Amino acid sequence: MSRTLKVRYFAWVRERIGKTDEDVDVPDSVVTVADLVTFLTARGEEYAYAFENPKVIRAAIDRKHVKPQTALGQATEIAFFPPMTGG
Amino acid sequence: MATISTVRIQSEPFDVAAEAVKITRGRTDAGAVVTFTGICRGDENGEPIAALTLEHYPGMAETEIESHVAEAAARWPLIGVTVIHRYGRLVPGEDIMMVVTVSSHRAAAFEAADFLMDYLKTRAPFWKQVEKAGATTWVEAKAEDDAAAERWTTGKPEAAE
Repeated sequence: MSRTLKVRYFAWVRERIGKTDEDVDVPDSVVTVADLVTFLTARGEEYAYAFENPKVIRAAIDRKHVKPQTALGQATEIAFFPPMTGG
Repeated sequence: MATISTVRIQSEPFDVAAEAVKITRGRTDAGAVVTFTGICRGDENGEPIAALTLEHYPGMAETEIESHVAEAAARWPLIGVTVIHRYGRLVPGEDIMMVVTVSSHRAAAFEAADFLMDYLKTRAPFWKQVEKAGATTWVEAKAEDDAAAERWTTGKPEAAE
């Protein structure tokens, strides 16, 4: 079993992966945000490069900040990005 | 107190004085207006820069800032708050973002503006890219910005999750 999640990338995460967003078929074994990072990292060297230091990667589910241990639950959209530098 | 709050994400320039007047015009209870404007500097770590390009997460940027504006309005007696943050390519001297807070007394206006700036720096989904001598690099987040935001959470549950 799997489901489709819209995954969005920003700033240098977007540049390294080479996409702004994509629909990803996520297997049911992927439960948390950290699981999804591990799953994506295995998709290719551009993903491995983007996620080479998972500690600096930030994530948002349905446009709210989440932590790596957060369960994906009923999420429809997840975004990955570096620490924010606005203001 | 019902706070008049406005959050806008835009590429166009803004007029901070005009935004303050929009809140205070016609009222006599506003005793203090604090404005903060963040401006694109002409140098980064001592080297001249050509421009800053701000990327943002549309949809999340608005809702994230709105949640912090709502928290500020719950913590301080504010008559009005306006936050405007620009995106796109900005050259040195251009305004990046602004905060206006209006209250009856200055302490609430100063503290709420400071609180909002600390949260915008660390939690609003914006990223700055610097153009310098033909090369572009992403600005790195600063540990002192995290520390500045952290001081508002002392003794309170984290607002994030």
